[in-house]
Amino acid sequence: MKAIRLPRRFAWIVAVALLAAAAAQAGRVPLPQPQQVPPEIATSCVEDTDVMRHKHFEFILHQRDETMHWGIRTKRHSLKNCLNCHVRQRPDGSYPKHTDPDHFCNACHEYAAVHIDCFDCHFDGPEKAAK
Amino acid sequence: MKDDKARDQQAQLAPAEAARRRFLAGVAGAAGVALAPGVLLYGVAGAKAPDAPVTDQVRWGLLIDTTKCATECDACVTACKTENGWGQNEVRSRPDQRAHWIRKLTVKDRSSGHVMSMPMMCQHCETAPCADVCPTGASFRRIDGIVLVDKHICIGCRYCMMACPYKARSFIHENLEGQKPYAPRGKGTVESCTLCVHRVDAGEQPACVVACNRDGHKAMVFGDLRDPNSEISKVIRARGSTQVRADLQLNPGVQYQGF
Repeated sequence: MKAIRLPRRFAWIVAVALLAAAAAQAGRVPLPQPQQVPPEIATSCVEDTDVMRHKHFEFILHQRDETMHWGIRTKRHSLKNCLNCHVRQRPDGSYPKHTDPDHFCNACHEYAAVHIDCFDCHFDGPEKAAK
Repeated sequence: MKDDKARDQQAQLAPAEAARRRFLAGVAGAAGVALAPGVLLYGVAGAKAPDAPVTDQVRWGLLIDTTKCATECDACVTACKTENGWGQNEVRSRPDQRAHWIRKLTVKDRSSGHVMSMPMMCQHCETAPCADVCPTGASFRRIDGIVLVDKHICIGCRYCMMACPYKARSFIHENLEGQKPYAPRGKGTVESCTLCVHRVDAGEQPACVVACNRDGHKAMVFGDLRDPNSEISKVIRARGSTQVRADLQLNPGVQYQGF
């Protein structure tokens, strides 16, 4: 008797899990689709991807004070340097704005509902896109 | 003989101590190398390495000769607009609300009728009233004499605009787009002439000075007031200079000649 009951319980659990997964998939906010950086550039980012994901705001915050008050203009952790690689020209020749879903910063920030103030003042594309 | 003695001493030291000394000597050597380019660069218009902080060994100043400043010319204003991207993208503000980093003034002496023309902008005071009254520390005087607004911490209260005796500052009333990558500016913050700080840090001259020289007026001289051999110091020493509202004892970095 016991031998039969166990598989039944498993089947029940599996069924619930499948249902839950399907429901989540249907009502889910679409995953962010930021512009991709070509692999030859992606490998030369200033920090590892994991570090950047968790600490990019700390780097930028630190750098902004150094630059503003002490005139230190190293490229490594500067916002301009981020945008130069990560905001790519679209096939039609335009550059995404910071409010567009494919803008590298906005894609994840919109998904996570974390508002970015940077581009209220800062230019939102690479330097070569500035008029 | 002396070298032999030093070597003997080195031999007698414990290995760890000897290693420490070699390390310290190495560090001293490296510091010397690193300092040398800085010292050399200091001579040519104060260009500094990108990772070097600004120092108070420099005080940036601007000397404007009003006798050479042409009444009909506004090359400095146009150059500033182009360089820093103001004056074009404020479409919803009233004319009296729009940015004015630099203005051309025409001043007439009533008794003699003498008319002169001069640009007016942030005077980069040594004791800046704007920085004095700022409640958040957003208005500040950089250690090399350039007065700036840190827009990251500006709350847009505009006390600095009221404190400034030169009417040098303006406030942004609307959302902006298409800023210059090196000149961020946005709604709700105060702004003024930055003495083209991004160019100065790269060892270049401010855009207004370049434009004035290009047009052949040569009414503006930019340089280090602290360096007695800089052009600006030499001209001031030879011919003197006037500070606008000198009675306020603000010791501006921007000074004038010809009135």
